[in-house]
Amino acid sequence: MSGRVLVGVKRVIDYAVKIRVKPDNSGVVTDGVKHSMNPFCEIAVEEAVKLKEKKLIKEVVAVSCGPQQSQETIRTALAMGADRGIHVEVTGKDYENLGPLQVSKILAALAKKEDAQLVILGKQAIDDDCNQTGQMTAALLDWPQGTFASEVALEADKIKVVREIDGGLETIKVNTPAVLTADLRLNTPRYATLPNIMKAKKKKIANVKPADLGVDLTSRLEVLRVEEPPQRQAGVKVETVDDLVGKLKEAGRI
Amino acid sequence: MALRSGALCLNLLASSRHFYKPASYVGVRFVSENVSSKPSSATETPGDHLIYTPEHFALKESLRKLIDQEINPHVDQWEAEEKFPAHKVFKILGSAGFLGVNKPVEYGGLGLDFSYSVAVAEELGTIKCGGIPMAIGVQSDMATPALARFGSDELKKEFLLPSIMGDKVACLGVSEVGAGSDVSSIMTKAVRKGDEYVINGGKMWTTNGTQADWMCLLANTSDGPPHRNKSLICLPMNLPGVHIARKIDKLGMWSSDTAEVFFDDVRVPCKNVIGQEGMGFTYQMLQFQEERLWAVANVITTMDNVIQDTIQYTRQRKIFKQPVLYHQAVHFKLAELQTEVELLRSLLYRATALYIKGNDVTKLASMAKLKAGRLAREVSDSCLQYWGGMGFTKDVLVSRFYRDSRLLSIGAGADEVMLGIICKYMDTLPRK
Repeated sequence: MSGRVLVGVKRVIDYAVKIRVKPDNSGVVTDGVKHSMNPFCEIAVEEAVKLKEKKLIKEVVAVSCGPQQSQETIRTALAMGADRGIHVEVTGKDYENLGPLQVSKILAALAKKEDAQLVILGKQAIDDDCNQTGQMTAALLDWPQGTFASEVALEADKIKVVREIDGGLETIKVNTPAVLTADLRLNTPRYATLPNIMKAKKKKIANVKPADLGVDLTSRLEVLRVEEPPQRQAGVKVETVDDLVGKLKEAGRI
Repeated sequence: MALRSGALCLNLLASSRHFYKPASYVGVRFVSENVSSKPSSATETPGDHLIYTPEHFALKESLRKLIDQEINPHVDQWEAEEKFPAHKVFKILGSAGFLGVNKPVEYGGLGLDFSYSVAVAEELGTIKCGGIPMAIGVQSDMATPALARFGSDELKKEFLLPSIMGDKVACLGVSEVGAGSDVSSIMTKAVRKGDEYVINGGKMWTTNGTQADWMCLLANTSDGPPHRNKSLICLPMNLPGVHIARKIDKLGMWSSDTAEVFFDDVRVPCKNVIGQEGMGFTYQMLQFQEERLWAVANVITTMDNVIQDTIQYTRQRKIFKQPVLYHQAVHFKLAELQTEVELLRSLLYRATALYIKGNDVTKLASMAKLKAGRLAREVSDSCLQYWGGMGFTKDVLVSRFYRDSRLLSIGAGADEVMLGIICKYMDTLPRK
């Protein structure tokens, strides 16, 4: 086994920013807005770096698909402990239409090219909430998947994954190579310390085009319209249960 | 009021974004939104910045996360308790490398230039009070520069290294009850007896004083001319004779503990003198350029945030059927304030750029400090006005800023001292 782990990191609008819809309803405002690494991707990077520190794997490669600015996200991963980065350059309209299907094709191609033993991703991105890339990547590679991982343990040639599911926790064992997606409680990402930020400057980021990987970026989806969620209306307080039932009947809810 | 903050919480909960750090949003009575939504940070695109490289931005990003997770959630509590756990906070910062940015690598520092210290100072301005950044500034850039430059190896190992790592809390002992702006008139004496100094006197306005492990002390070590008879001494605070007389009850900066300290026949080895005996005053003066630029960097971010907070508040607060913000007097005034903040920012970057190239920026640094103190008072006063009654309560950031920022025109070199320095450079002082 190569001992190499591929970690996908996505550049998204920062979680604390108040999102504004563009006046033409074609999307959200991204110009001049603070962006950072997707929080679940941070957890994925942390897990990969932890595995390397435990000497269970040999190399962590951070991958991001997007325009020039995606390199900042890769640098953050490098500052957290990843060894090198791969920037898959996607710009303009291609970037606007970039979705889980295209990204998973890219990741699958890279996983093969880099002879990865493991692909770790965040369970979903906080901008589109798709929760598809990990699953699609596994399917394209015909690899097993351990999604919503809250615990990962490497054993011989299998991986034990504790998954967070609706009913509670599910423990599974998957063969390697495999795709894992990180859930919130998998770990607490470390702060990129200043010494590591400076060291990251020297680490390499390779530049790759999707065409080089033989990936077709055409999207099967077209965004028609983006709208803000409806304004939350004020609530009404009632005195008794009968009043409540009455009001619900009035509103046609029951 | 409960409804409003409740509605804001629910608004956040409605989107899937809340999951990440629910503890920071729910239950906190911030009428304003989390200020990191400011689009005005568009002035800092990595490619074009005057002095910052992508590493500076990565540093700020990382420090920001640390502040958001380890410091800001506790600020309200620490302000109410009038103390913050210095050892705990400094250890977290030290472990991440933020306390020794421009200090020598041999002692745990990063050996980077001062522009990185300015970046750290700017980012510390996102802490929701003035007291904690001030305390951190003392630790990283006020009590330690002279030691780093002139101290002996033994002294640096004992005091500098642990301070950079965040294991020891430092404080600066310069001002006294009878001497603030007039540093040369301090009375604390360190009399040589064998290979020890016996120290008598006292210090005032000592930030971190009640929690410090050591003090960078300026004392008279001989009877010579006042600018040449002083020395800087590394003084362990647990020595017999060191008395923390009281914690001073201040108008603002509540989370920072400020002490009045007395020295009663305190004995300290002579080897604890930093550099040359008699050079203390000169060493102290050399530190001031950095100290002043640091303070300016810190308050600029805070002013940005207060202005943004005020915009958010006045946008949703209605008066005479429309948002307060829509009244021209209000948005025009905020535009004026923001313009001045940008001017000050430009001066800061210009002075920093010249300084890291080896120039003496005393005049520019003094001008920046002077302007920063006055502008902070103007920003806090004007913004507080627009918050109306709410501005007068403890619940909001603007009232805390109003109290905290008043110190800037007084501490770290009063406005009048700055004016004197500028006049000296302009050669307008009365000639002898």
